[in-house]
Amino acid sequence: MTDTATPPKGVGPLARREMRLAYAMLLPTFAIVIAIVLGPLLANFWISFKPVQLGDLRPAVLVANERLRGDLAAAGDRAAIEYRVRNSSRDNAIGDVGFTDTLPAGLVVGALDERCSVSDEVLTCAFGDIEGGFRDRVRIEVIAEAAYIADPVNPRDSKPIISGDADNILTSTEFTLENFTRIFSSDEFWHILRVSMYYTIFGTAGALVLGLFAAQLLNTVFPGRGLLRGLFLFPYVAPVIAVAFTWVVLLDPFSGTLNSILLQMGAVDEPISFFGQRSVPISFLGLTFEFPVALTTVIAFEAWRYFPLSFLFILARMQSISTDMYEAAEIDGATPLQQFWYISLPQLMGILAVLFLLRFIWTFNKFDDIFLLTGGAAGTRTLTVDVYEQAFAVSNLGAGAAVAVVVFIVLLSFSLLFFRFSPKDEG
Amino acid sequence: MRFGNGFFASLAIGAIWGAVWMIVVSITFMLVSGAITTPPVGAATLAGLVAGGILMAFPPGARTPGVRIAAAVAIFGVLGLLTLGQPLGLPLSAVPAYQIVAIALVVGLIWISIHLCVKGLAGAGLPRYQMEVLFIRLMKGLGFVLFTIVVALPFYVMVMTSLKSQQSLLANPLDFSLDLAQGPQALFRSYIELFTQFHFGTFLVNSAIVSVVTVFLTLLFSVPGAYAVSRLRFPGQAFLSRSILLIYMVPAIVLVIPLYAVFSQIGLRNTLTGLMVVYPATTIPVALYMLQGYFRGLPAELEEAGLMDGLTRFGVIMKITLPLSLPALASVALYVFMIAWNEFLFAFMFLDNIDIFTLSRGVVSLNSSEVPRQHLMAGAVVATVPVLVIFLWFERFLVSGLTAGSVKG
Repeated sequence: MTDTATPPKGVGPLARREMRLAYAMLLPTFAIVIAIVLGPLLANFWISFKPVQLGDLRPAVLVANERLRGDLAAAGDRAAIEYRVRNSSRDNAIGDVGFTDTLPAGLVVGALDERCSVSDEVLTCAFGDIEGGFRDRVRIEVIAEAAYIADPVNPRDSKPIISGDADNILTSTEFTLENFTRIFSSDEFWHILRVSMYYTIFGTAGALVLGLFAAQLLNTVFPGRGLLRGLFLFPYVAPVIAVAFTWVVLLDPFSGTLNSILLQMGAVDEPISFFGQRSVPISFLGLTFEFPVALTTVIAFEAWRYFPLSFLFILARMQSISTDMYEAAEIDGATPLQQFWYISLPQLMGILAVLFLLRFIWTFNKFDDIFLLTGGAAGTRTLTVDVYEQAFAVSNLGAGAAVAVVVFIVLLSFSLLFFRFSPKDEG
Repeated sequence: MRFGNGFFASLAIGAIWGAVWMIVVSITFMLVSGAITTPPVGAATLAGLVAGGILMAFPPGARTPGVRIAAAVAIFGVLGLLTLGQPLGLPLSAVPAYQIVAIALVVGLIWISIHLCVKGLAGAGLPRYQMEVLFIRLMKGLGFVLFTIVVALPFYVMVMTSLKSQQSLLANPLDFSLDLAQGPQALFRSYIELFTQFHFGTFLVNSAIVSVVTVFLTLLFSVPGAYAVSRLRFPGQAFLSRSILLIYMVPAIVLVIPLYAVFSQIGLRNTLTGLMVVYPATTIPVALYMLQGYFRGLPAELEEAGLMDGLTRFGVIMKITLPLSLPALASVALYVFMIAWNEFLFAFMFLDNIDIFTLSRGVVSLNSSEVPRQHLMAGAVVATVPVLVIFLWFERFLVSGLTAGSVKG
């Protein structure tokens, strides 16, 4: 026989079944991630090229208010049903507008507005295309019959059904670069970008250093260690609204506890407005710096709130370092600080790099903290707060989306940079 | 007995602890008792310095109980003499009970801190190793004090402010003493008003519903996904297992404008359903990442044995994989619960109607000049307590689960 056994080529039926199963199991996740994360991400790019205001989210519609004018007390009485119609938008036209309404049984229609017709007790009115700010009245004369008097129904009980095609600015093909020119040409933009970078870099570094310090403290066994570890995690676990408002209350310049303590100790002469003051001049060696007070405070908050996370990871890594190395170093006469510098730190470098990367990105993305602490005032407005300000405070959704695009692009370039230069074996 | 590097280091250590404990204890004293004082930090510094000198003047073996008591007495004596009989800067007749406790604490804490720092170390001729030990002991001690205060003070202020009245807070922001004589009704007035007038009962229920549903949906979606990524072979598996976390890096603020626009148009914006769609979508990637790391660590042989014995894939997951990964499931559930409970941005943007506010949104609505500050802090406490209690209950799971995904070996 010349046949020799050859390994199977291609994808076998078993492998194919496994593949199909895997895709089926991942499908729901894909669906929801695409719908809620990737879709909106692309939509944000779309919106950033559109001249869209917050008010444009409600498309223009015809508003019709209906009322009965006159009294229908006996059969044969005449009255009028009046519809007041208007365009809900002052600026946007609506095409092919009309409404239909069901008339109460037992009413005979007399004189009709020329734009309306009646068949089978259903009133249909058509207005064609209307301009923004359009207003009008439609009168329908009705005569009561005995059936109506026996069982009167208020005409308002049946709501008119509106029809019409308004341009939805979100789905139209009208594009503009105005949003981007607006944000890039404003003087504030570069300041905002700089503040974002300071906040991100120092907030991340602060959280890492504090976390490293705290991990050193709890890396020994002593009574009450579990308790202290739980306490150290509080800032991270508590809701951001709770801790942010607590800081605002604690640091209040007039009734805040911290300012009272500082005054009582004689550390300061007058209360410091930690969240309200943009900067104070500080003279050092004859040079005068503008020290940013509010920005420093929000950075301190960031470091305070997120040190527990880095603390947890660093502590876990520390406890997995083999004690052999320390014993060997001890025998070789290394001092405690040398042991930290030459053994602990290199062993922790991997986790520190990963933490720096993750925290850097998350800090850059952070919105709630600064928004709740200062609302972006006093020189603390970062890019993310600016997205909110542009989109919802100034009501210019397009400009907000344009800033969000900038956020995303900055983030993307940092991620690429990090992944390019980060050690390959960690993560 | 020679006086060398160890002795001088001990003097410095004593001085530092004297100043630190005087500041810490007197602030605590002011917050608890409501009395006002300017603490004599200088006197305490000297007292600590003297005690450091006395302890270090004797070699470690010769520090008999007598020497130790002498050091403690010296702290008390120096402090008393330099402040002319007012160790906290107040006449002893003012709030005497609090003062006695505070003075005992100052003396005791200064003494024990110095003692622990210099324990077993001689006063002279210390090599670099021993000097570094001394330095590290001091830094660790200061670290404990500093971290505990910095972490605990805001929470202390939060709870205490909620139990005070606006007037007394404005009159003396340092006074957190509680007037227990006024009875629980008056003491917890802020909380009672929050629940009776500010709909906090509804907010609490809304937050609970949203968080529990989010946890449930997240697990429902991420368990099969994580199983597929960790156990089944398919093209793109390696890529997925590494890149799924990237989704978690997309900033919420970039998503909020399109979601706001679309949800407004389809009527999901001002609803809890809208939140229950968005929250799982943002937590599923991280849950999937954490779970697949855990699933990978389970022995595949167990599952293969199950398959051989005739279980279906579904049966394997339900009867073998899930029971084995209960700790990971608990930690993921806890983490997701925490995210959903604490979420602010989407709740703030989406919810207008007070009946469907979550706690995050509800507390923000208290942040106005018309609502007294203790109500705001009481709201913060109401929002914090459930998540803290649940967290402390399951802390072990959370810690192991959070660190399991990325930290290896």
